[in-house]
Amino acid sequence: MRTYIIKRLLQSIGVCLVISMISFFLLFLNTDPALVLLPPEAEVTDIAQFKKQMGLDRPVTIQYLDFLHRVVLYGDFGNSFVAKVSALQLVGERLPATVKLAVAALILVNLVAIPVGIIAAIRRYSLMDNLATLAALLGQAMPLYWFGIMLIIIFGIWLRWLPISGSDSLAHLILPAITLASWILPVNMRLVRSGMLDVLNQDYIRTARAKGLNERKVLIKHAFKNAAIPLVTVVGMQLGLLLGGAVVTETVFAWPGLGRLAVDSIRMGDYPVVQAIVVVFAFFVVIGNLLADVLAALIDPRIRLE
Amino acid sequence: MNMARVQAQELLRVENLKKHFPIRKGVLGRTVGYVYAVDGVSFGMQAGKTLGLVGESGCGKSTMGRCLLRLHEPTSGRIFFDGQDITRMGHSELIRLRTQMQMIFQDPYSSLNPRLRVSEIVGEALRVHHLVPRRDWANRVEELLKNVGLQADHMARYPHEFSGGQRQRIGIARALAMQPKLIVADEPVSALDVSIQAQVINLLESLKDRFGFSYLIIAHDLSVVEHVSDRIAVMYLGKLVEVASDKQLYLNPKHPYTEALLAAVPVAAPGGRQRRSQRKLLKGDVPSPIQPPSGCRFHTRCPRMMEICTLKEPPTIQVEPGHWVYCFFYG
Amino acid sequence: MSELVEKIESEEVSAPKGSLIFRKIWHLRLGVIGGLVILALLLTAIFCPLLAPHDPYAQNISNRLKPPVWMEKGDWKHLLGTDHLGRDLFSRILYGSRISLVVGISAAILMAIMGVGLGLFAGYYGGQVDSVISFFVNCMMGFPFILLAMSLVAVLGPSLQNIIITLALTSWPVFTRVTRVETMKLREREFILAATSLAYETWRILLHHILPNLLPSILVLGTVEIARAIILESLLSFLGLGIQPPIPSWGAMLAEGRNYMLMQWWLAAFPGSAIFLSALGINLLGDALRDMTDPHLRKS
Repeated sequence: MRTYIIKRLLQSIGVCLVISMISFFLLFLNTDPALVLLPPEAEVTDIAQFKKQMGLDRPVTIQYLDFLHRVVLYGDFGNSFVAKVSALQLVGERLPATVKLAVAALILVNLVAIPVGIIAAIRRYSLMDNLATLAALLGQAMPLYWFGIMLIIIFGIWLRWLPISGSDSLAHLILPAITLASWILPVNMRLVRSGMLDVLNQDYIRTARAKGLNERKVLIKHAFKNAAIPLVTVVGMQLGLLLGGAVVTETVFAWPGLGRLAVDSIRMGDYPVVQAIVVVFAFFVVIGNLLADVLAALIDPRIRLE
Repeated sequence: MNMARVQAQELLRVENLKKHFPIRKGVLGRTVGYVYAVDGVSFGMQAGKTLGLVGESGCGKSTMGRCLLRLHEPTSGRIFFDGQDITRMGHSELIRLRTQMQMIFQDPYSSLNPRLRVSEIVGEALRVHHLVPRRDWANRVEELLKNVGLQADHMARYPHEFSGGQRQRIGIARALAMQPKLIVADEPVSALDVSIQAQVINLLESLKDRFGFSYLIIAHDLSVVEHVSDRIAVMYLGKLVEVASDKQLYLNPKHPYTEALLAAVPVAAPGGRQRRSQRKLLKGDVPSPIQPPSGCRFHTRCPRMMEICTLKEPPTIQVEPGHWVYCFFYG
Repeated sequence: MSELVEKIESEEVSAPKGSLIFRKIWHLRLGVIGGLVILALLLTAIFCPLLAPHDPYAQNISNRLKPPVWMEKGDWKHLLGTDHLGRDLFSRILYGSRISLVVGISAAILMAIMGVGLGLFAGYYGGQVDSVISFFVNCMMGFPFILLAMSLVAVLGPSLQNIIITLALTSWPVFTRVTRVETMKLREREFILAATSLAYETWRILLHHILPNLLPSILVLGTVEIARAIILESLLSFLGLGIQPPIPSWGAMLAEGRNYMLMQWWLAAFPGSAIFLSALGINLLGDALRDMTDPHLRKS
């Protein structure tokens, strides 16, 4: 067990490193901070001097190592070109909003997916099952932002039930959360359903029933616990999906979170901020995967033996 | 078809062949132990003859067969084929070697590519190795199929349309396409119904009579190799325990393991052989090849175990010309 | 005891006969619907010059923001209304199918080639090669797609080719994962051993023996990825990083429409519906394909 964790931890660190490398080089190729920061009339010599000052004329690898050094030790991504404050600070300001959105979406998703999935599995071929399958199918084909826009149009403009932008109250959270939730709902529903199906067909469930156990107990105590395993692993991986979906959702609803910051920063070439966001995102995703894997290994001893 | 001339020289010689599979654990993949699949096997085989290699599941006989074809890399020891040392042969020479040694596999359901037609399966070798000019491919494939008892109109069909026995025949035809000198048959009939087993074994024998191959037949059931082998080698837990000619083994078995194997063979004629009353049942289970017993591997189950059997590896004792046993009892 | 067993057996969830048959037909029907949708999409993409009543680029400011034909002030000349530059929405949607299909299919093919190729190597050779490739795959999957795509587009510039390349570069890991696992399973099958013992060249074994056995899985995955690529392309366009106007990409149209959501909702609704229906159809087909080829899933 310990070796498994260590192995995964090392892998995760490696992944983070590689991601930071890729993002660094991508942005390095992409933007020239001198052009962004200096006024357009700057002379060639001014530009050269500026670069020297900022250390931008050194070889790429040196710059990367310096970057790594700064980030790991001080969390210093440099200052945002646009806002003139520390990039990490900017990220920190916007992070809670995104987290709020993601958590709300996650709760919503599982609130719906788990019961629906279970019922769909228990009463196979029933109306509920078919509806759920249909919903999953539709959900997978639905472009996220279109769904968001349609929600805005229907609930915000036609019916005027809910506010459509900004983030002041709980009411503001509803539409964005639903939108983000729809990104992940189909997968979760399917997983719960197929997980339960697999488990329900196993012999030990028949044994439990034969023992005369209350059906409810059978389902919850025996079946669901085992069916939950694939769900747990997926939730970890979904962190990445959620973050990706957040980018779009926040753009549609003008939600002041990391996603919108990312889009704006890329558009404006504010690369310290973009780097900070990428690294933070990747960090969460990798941690999420790691936690999910470890959790799964804890619950299911078979994984540990591999 | 040429008849290969029967030569007095050896076609195959194996010297102290060992194949150990490392067991890795831990973060860095440390080797914590080995599976001693083949642990020092030596024997020789003459051209035009059939050698039966018999033993229980897990005794290493399949691994042995695959080492011969270099499908596994031997850990140590040497293999001589047709006088040449092939143990460490390089890649390009290996290709030439492979055309002379072929294998028939155990599972008829996974030994044929389900997506290719029979004609392609059997004929691919012709194409790859340019054995026959292009315009003759179809004829040659037809010929090969007929040799194994199938028909020309089977050529266009897919494996799943055939029974297990027929699939084995296709596998045999595929091996024949290369006109090898040696065919290693790895449990060729274990996956077939008993009634079909005899058919396939007979086919192998008739092919040998016609084309003069040499066979190494690997099996876990003595009755399978009984009447087709010229010589038989019995293997246990990675080592040989007895090697003898067909007749010698049946009439005069020496090693207690061989006797037990023979006693397990169902006898056709009731009251035929006296051995039935002397059921020699073995105690216990086969030990793990990861931690084989000290000294003689068989001592944990041997009815004639002596103290020395736990201490040293048994010597090679010649009982009669061409008949060797590896046992202290006869030393 | 046996009565107890019988009772349990009979209480097991077994679908009523009718429902089982219905479900089979239902599945088939869904696949057929999917196929029809794709066919419609293909035909639209090919024949849009004939089908579209107007030139999708033709601007007419005096005619801007006209509503669809069934609303007040709409007319038959512009079935679905016009956008903020007076361009006919219906024609633009028709032409948009070309963009979506080209991008979707090209990206899917490209990522399939990359992903399957790497997966074959990882699965067949194992060992170090596998470790390196798998590690790389894990890295790619850890990278939030959106950010990677946005960064790539920002570097390469938002042209049609670059969008395709970007999509391919961000999604190939899925193919590699699947291919690798299947290749590893196949590698142990005896007919591959036979091919080795028959001294076939490695490329022949990979392409002629292993790959054909992988095709069902790759095909299913490819179908789903086409749909995903279409959605993701529209996503990028929506964020302003994809196909640039005036090229009629559904995603760009959606982005433009967002500004007019309040009054001219049709500018956002219809392009979005087009994306949705296309993706739905492709997914339906993909699901049907998967049901046909996977013996395990067929039972459930």
